[in-house]
Amino acid sequence: MTSHADSFDRFQGTERYIASDDLRHAVNVSLALERPLLVRGEPGTGKTLLAENIASVLGCELVKWHIKSTTKAQEGLYTYDTVARLHDSRFGDGDVRDIRQYIHYGPLGRALAAPERVVLLIDEIDKADIEFPNDLLLELDAMRFRVSETGDEVVAERRPFVVITSNNEKELPDAFLRRCIFHYIEFPDADLMRSIVRVHHPDIEERVLDQCLEVFFNLREVPRLRKRPSTSELIDWISALRRAGVPLERVGHGIPFLGSLLKNEQDFSYAKRRGLA
Amino acid sequence: MLIEFLFELRSRKLRVTTHEWMALMEAMALGLHESSLNGFYRLARSICVKDVTQFDAFDEAFLAYFRGVTADSLNLSDELLSWLRDPKHLASLSEEERALIESLDLDRLRELFEQRLREQSERHDGGNRWIGTGGTSPFGHGGYHPTGIRVGGGGGGRSAMQIAEERRFRDYRKDRVLDVRQIDVALRGLRDLGREGAPDELDVEESIDATCKNAGDLELVFRAPKRNQLKLVLLMDVGGSMDPHADLAERLFTAASRAGRFSRFRPYYFHNCVYESVYEDAAFRRPVPVPDLLAASGRDERLVVVGDALMHPAELLSAGGAIAFSHHNRKPGIEWLRHIAEAFPKRAWLNPEPERFWPGSTIELIADVFPMWSLTLEGLEDAVGHLARGTGTR
Repeated sequence: MTSHADSFDRFQGTERYIASDDLRHAVNVSLALERPLLVRGEPGTGKTLLAENIASVLGCELVKWHIKSTTKAQEGLYTYDTVARLHDSRFGDGDVRDIRQYIHYGPLGRALAAPERVVLLIDEIDKADIEFPNDLLLELDAMRFRVSETGDEVVAERRPFVVITSNNEKELPDAFLRRCIFHYIEFPDADLMRSIVRVHHPDIEERVLDQCLEVFFNLREVPRLRKRPSTSELIDWISALRRAGVPLERVGHGIPFLGSLLKNEQDFSYAKRRGLA
Repeated sequence: MLIEFLFELRSRKLRVTTHEWMALMEAMALGLHESSLNGFYRLARSICVKDVTQFDAFDEAFLAYFRGVTADSLNLSDELLSWLRDPKHLASLSEEERALIESLDLDRLRELFEQRLREQSERHDGGNRWIGTGGTSPFGHGGYHPTGIRVGGGGGGRSAMQIAEERRFRDYRKDRVLDVRQIDVALRGLRDLGREGAPDELDVEESIDATCKNAGDLELVFRAPKRNQLKLVLLMDVGGSMDPHADLAERLFTAASRAGRFSRFRPYYFHNCVYESVYEDAAFRRPVPVPDLLAASGRDERLVVVGDALMHPAELLSAGGAIAFSHHNRKPGIEWLRHIAEAFPKRAWLNPEPERFWPGSTIELIADVFPMWSLTLEGLEDAVGHLARGTGTR
């Protein structure tokens, strides 16, 4: 146990990223078990930033794969550029007989083919088609894939550390979930939020910070908001306040730059009617 | 012994599989639980539970299982006291530690110790499995008990028991009848694939053919990618007797409104029964007259109505029967429903009321006009099948 402790407790958060104990623990468990880490939580709680910081702590390259509603699992591995090959065959550019020239690795393919260990971020996996996560199972388990056009087999020398984020919109398939380590990023409490803001605004006055946090947490308590402001909005809002040099006294009686906290039109006019702006 | 915990979890409907359990065992063999109950709580939760709505059930199971362990720890005191009584062991302690133990007489020590343990079983306190109030405890200095039971050690932070006890995740809990994913899978049946839009997908077969015909000079043929051409109108009953089903209806809406699912998706709202207008918003501020809606809809569009179809018979059958007092409808609701039914040959009504309540109510009358299924997974699948085929009645 002690011998392992050195290799275990590896992720501690960074100067730029404050992680709760639970989150640190979850990261380290999935590092040790070499399983993908699935992170869920309210939008704006720093899910994507987490991967960047894990990569910088481990000192490896970060490969990002942003998922869209049209993303296919195959694209993550590789695509075969038929059009370019046909084009070359017509105009005599390049060596058409070498199919490898026309195989382009996707993010997952690059992560597996990399000689060093990398951190692979699969961002917002819930956006894709419902079967998308299942299509990745084999590759994420075995950490290998085959390029059927050339017969090449790509096997990861070092298993990439996989971070998957999801916006809690929808359920993911059980078979996929079974393989992941799960962490739900809870919304930070006032203390944690204070240290998070300090990371981004190191020189902010205590008084100002107190007031900002008070306004912010009160706003989150307003019932029936469609999208409650989150960490990233708080940080943007404070930047806006400081840049514009809004006098401190104004914070608290009507919120200046409410638009940087509430992004939804209905929420905005609702807050206005309640006399918040 | 721990295997019982697995069954405790499973008895609370947490679908922990052997796969996950083995991962947990592997993690514990690696020492990832940090030899503490706190560590074990985090570890077990992150491996076994993948859904924040199930965290609460996990907390419950954890409390039920490990509350027993803390209570058992009272039995430990005899063993520990006999160890303390044995001078041989005291010899192995440092000067400082000995002084500390000697500064307390044994009865006082026992009293304190039992008191502490009782407190613990009541408050489920402490950072360590047995006693964990930190550095000032007279029980925290001894290191290891000869039989391997650890006493004292680091407190600090909140213990697993405290976290579990708080049950912070209670609000997230939903014992879901039908979750979004299940609805999503069921709705996948609602497809009418066709090629439409800009040709931006290379048709390899056609390109080869065309190139051959062109005497080997390359000719590229593009085609439009396959898209779902199905158009759907969703008409939802909100408020009143539908309130208990609001969640379920919301989930159906979430799944149906996903981007790219249908080539055209239009949701409308009504309250209780449809009369002259339906509404674009659930707050009934933006009315759309039913004739306008029908005029703007093609006959190949599918219509799904979600509602309990439960009302006073007069609200359905009489002119002027509308539930809103200020509203006087000249045509009875059933007439409006027939109008809509005629405009949508491919239609279905999903009813969240259990099927056994249907006979003898307005539900039966409406089911004559709209083929009706109950809003369960099975009913939804049947309705989707019916809509995809698009003909006939139930």
